[in-house]
Amino acid sequence: MKILIVDDFSTMRRIIKNLLRDLGFNNTEEADDGNTGLPKLQSGNFDFLVTDWNMPGMTGIDLLRAVRADDKLKDLPVLMVTAEAKKEQIVMAAQEGVNGYIVKPFTAQTLKEKIDKIFERIEG
Amino acid sequence: MDDSQINRDLLLEKAQALVVSLESAETSNEELESQIEEINNLRDNSLFKELGKMTREIHDSIMKFRMDSRINDLAEVDIPDAKDRLEYVITMTENAANTAMGVIEEGTPVAEKLAEQAGDLRQQWDKFRRRELSQDELRDMGHHVEDFFTETEQMMSKLLSGFTEILMAQDFQDLTGQIIRQVINLVNEIESNLVQLIKIQGENMVKEEKPAKQLKPGETKLEGPQVPGKETSDEVMKGQDDVDDLLASLGF
Repeated sequence: MKILIVDDFSTMRRIIKNLLRDLGFNNTEEADDGNTGLPKLQSGNFDFLVTDWNMPGMTGIDLLRAVRADDKLKDLPVLMVTAEAKKEQIVMAAQEGVNGYIVKPFTAQTLKEKIDKIFERIEG
Repeated sequence: MDDSQINRDLLLEKAQALVVSLESAETSNEELESQIEEINNLRDNSLFKELGKMTREIHDSIMKFRMDSRINDLAEVDIPDAKDRLEYVITMTENAANTAMGVIEEGTPVAEKLAEQAGDLRQQWDKFRRRELSQDELRDMGHHVEDFFTETEQMMSKLLSGFTEILMAQDFQDLTGQIIRQVINLVNEIESNLVQLIKIQGENMVKEEKPAKQLKPGETKLEGPQVPGKETSDEVMKGQDDVDDLLASLGF
């Protein structure tokens, strides 16, 4: 399972990377916004995307749109982990086809639950 | 023609009349003086006009500056709001520091105890290797080894969950970073307003209309981390449970 973590704060990328490792996902890569993340996704055989929303350059919602618009990437599961907590934003992310939404600050348990749920739905 | 300049045609006319009057021996001194006076007035008039125009411009600028509601917002809303946000940054960093130190304080005796037990076992093991252990002591060592395994497993899982706790406590950096960026933007805005004010004080204000940032279609204003008690609207989720409920209502 190869996972791309996109967040402009390196601390947050590191936290998510370590949590994923604890959950048994050792194969992760990082990008600091959509502009650097998208080319990685397009060339890298990723199975899962974890992305922040508010980033300079290309935001997470635009990255999600780009992923859904890309024939090769359109089925990639996307989990959004963000401080954006307004109802309209969550609704927008859902409409754009996000698979899970976590608001910061979050717990290790929440991350595990959401990832489990996403893969249950995909496999089920 | 720019009416703030001296009217050249009029001036030329008056000057030529003055020359004619000077050349004529019949002109009285009073007449000459009144002609010179007229020329003088011509200059004074344009000076007053210019001064009046400047005064009006400065007045308008000051009124416009006063009426700019953004300035009021800055003073009454944004600056107090920024103070609260910075307080929240202090709280978050303090919590993170306390969490990390708490885990270390709890974990250190655990690690020390394991090291001590390993040292005791090592001594017994050395005795055993030198064939100095009695039958009873050998049985004793067997129990110690079993206890050591059990305790190591328990304590290691305690330490590992402590590590996760320390890791999670670092999420403050992302959230406080976003908040501090917002405050930096505010400081920049205040700075540019102060510069504006200085321009008004100095000379004619340079007109600068700041266009409000236009959101592209499909874009939404990003609020960043919600500060407790400072939620940016009623439509803000209070936590992951709210988000889950909302998503569930959308069929997730």
